[in-house]
Amino acid sequence: MINHRPFKKIDYSNYLYLLPAFLFYSLFVLYPLSDTIFTSFTEWSGIGEKKWVGLENYKKNLADKKITSSIKHSFILIIFYSFFPIVIGLGIAGIMVRVKIKGMAMYRAILFLPQILSMIVVGIAWRWIYAPKGPLNSGLDFFGLEDISRAWLGSFDYALPFVGLIGTWVMFGFTMILFIAGVQKIPSELYDAAKVDGAGAFAEFFNVTLPGLKGEIIVALVFTVTLALRNFDLIYITTGGGPGTSTMIPSMFIYKKAFQMNQVGSASSLGVMLTLLIFTLISLIIVTLREKK
Amino acid sequence: MKQSDREKLIAHLIFLFGCLIVLYPFFSILFLALSEPGTRVSGFTLPTGIYLDNFIKAWTGGGFSTGLFSSFVVVIGVVGITIVCSIPAAYAFEKLDVLGITPLFAILLVGLVLPYESLIIPLYYSMRKFGLDSSYWALILPQIGLSIPFSIFWLRSSFKSIPITLSEAAMLEGAGKIAILIKILLPQMKPAILTLTVLLFMWTWNEFLLALIMIQDADMRTAPLALSYFAGNKRYGDPAITAAAAIWVALPVLIVYIFLQRRFISGMVTGVEK
Repeated sequence: MINHRPFKKIDYSNYLYLLPAFLFYSLFVLYPLSDTIFTSFTEWSGIGEKKWVGLENYKKNLADKKITSSIKHSFILIIFYSFFPIVIGLGIAGIMVRVKIKGMAMYRAILFLPQILSMIVVGIAWRWIYAPKGPLNSGLDFFGLEDISRAWLGSFDYALPFVGLIGTWVMFGFTMILFIAGVQKIPSELYDAAKVDGAGAFAEFFNVTLPGLKGEIIVALVFTVTLALRNFDLIYITTGGGPGTSTMIPSMFIYKKAFQMNQVGSASSLGVMLTLLIFTLISLIIVTLREKK
Repeated sequence: MKQSDREKLIAHLIFLFGCLIVLYPFFSILFLALSEPGTRVSGFTLPTGIYLDNFIKAWTGGGFSTGLFSSFVVVIGVVGITIVCSIPAAYAFEKLDVLGITPLFAILLVGLVLPYESLIIPLYYSMRKFGLDSSYWALILPQIGLSIPFSIFWLRSSFKSIPITLSEAAMLEGAGKIAILIKILLPQMKPAILTLTVLLFMWTWNEFLLALIMIQDADMRTAPLALSYFAGNKRYGDPAITAAAAIWVALPVLIVYIFLQRRFISGMVTGVEK
């Protein structure tokens, strides 16, 4: 590390290089973060004085069924955003060990496409697919399954999993590309050794591919779990949290409480809870997966 | 180690199937947008002809000329200022001696995973207090703040990959810190900076929550915000026009993606790995 630095003596002018970046970061990230934490301990409608209420907002949130169920929805969405894409990606990477084909660049470019687009655009495309007279229902009609067709996003039972499937669609190409690239970095001697030991395809997958992809799995988990927990844009444009509160998630509650219901203190406490949840899950993922050597 | 043609065929089939699933929604709204206005399309049929009326209606009715303009202003502000501020910071982190570098870096680390949801409430009230709400600054300044951690991480690892001998040689010739940064190191970093520009462009272009909260003035909406209002507006309830509007919003990122897709992919994959 040290010999990366050609300038060795302590020189306070070096801090000037950091100043502009840290100025922006402090003013527009650290200060608002501390303000959110402070406001979360108060009752505030957005005007007038903030009234200190201690942990009251947090207690109310945890006692509010609508909020606890919105957290439950987030965990269900993690299954769709993280678990499914990672399983699909791993499965395909397992099949593709050592397969080298032409046209990989084009496949990669297409599979990656959902990552670059605004979730608002993605949401509008899928809103159309799920619409009462949209492609999904037309397809069902075509196969004589009219009885199943419905307004998918308007259904209390189906709205959440069908929003989740959009997340699977957004993520599976990313995990595929990540894992296939990762598999290529695993030394081929390991596979040869497995062959010599007479390992079948399954043993090869669990003994060589899976441990070899540990780094990529951590990355995919952190990335997809964070998105599943935030997820504001997609819910906003597809269901708005409805029908009822069947697809409500914490970030949607933060928006509604802060900017429509004037419960700014309560919204802030929910913001802190969401942040803590994200930090906790990320630390858990990194700690548990790194330990297992 | 020659692989059989059968294996290759299976690989192709898997990839083609994956691509089909990815592309279906895009073609589905493209066909919808190109359909004849007023006709019922099921998304299961090919369009009978190409009609551009929906694109024109979406453009004029949705205010997308101003939407795209606003988005470009915000993108240029965020990407430009972020990169100009992050380069010297990353340089200091990697090449200069700074006391307390580890805690400073740890503080930046927090910003990498911090959700906007934890910041938007105070940001909204501060911007209003300073009369900056409904101005582009309300979108530009916070996004610079949240783009800086990733940019510094990205640029720092790029500085790291430049051999130390280059800057040492320049130092022996009496070059100062700034001269080494500008004359020796930056020219080596052009690819890394271009990739960073592309990633920041995409993230800024697609940012939605901040715009939703800050911008009340219809003339200042960013493209995704204009699209969300448009899609929720009953007067334009026609899904074909909404589809055309969505394509307008996606188009700039798509065009950049077509030309620079390798940078997008390698940037995202290695970027999140860091």
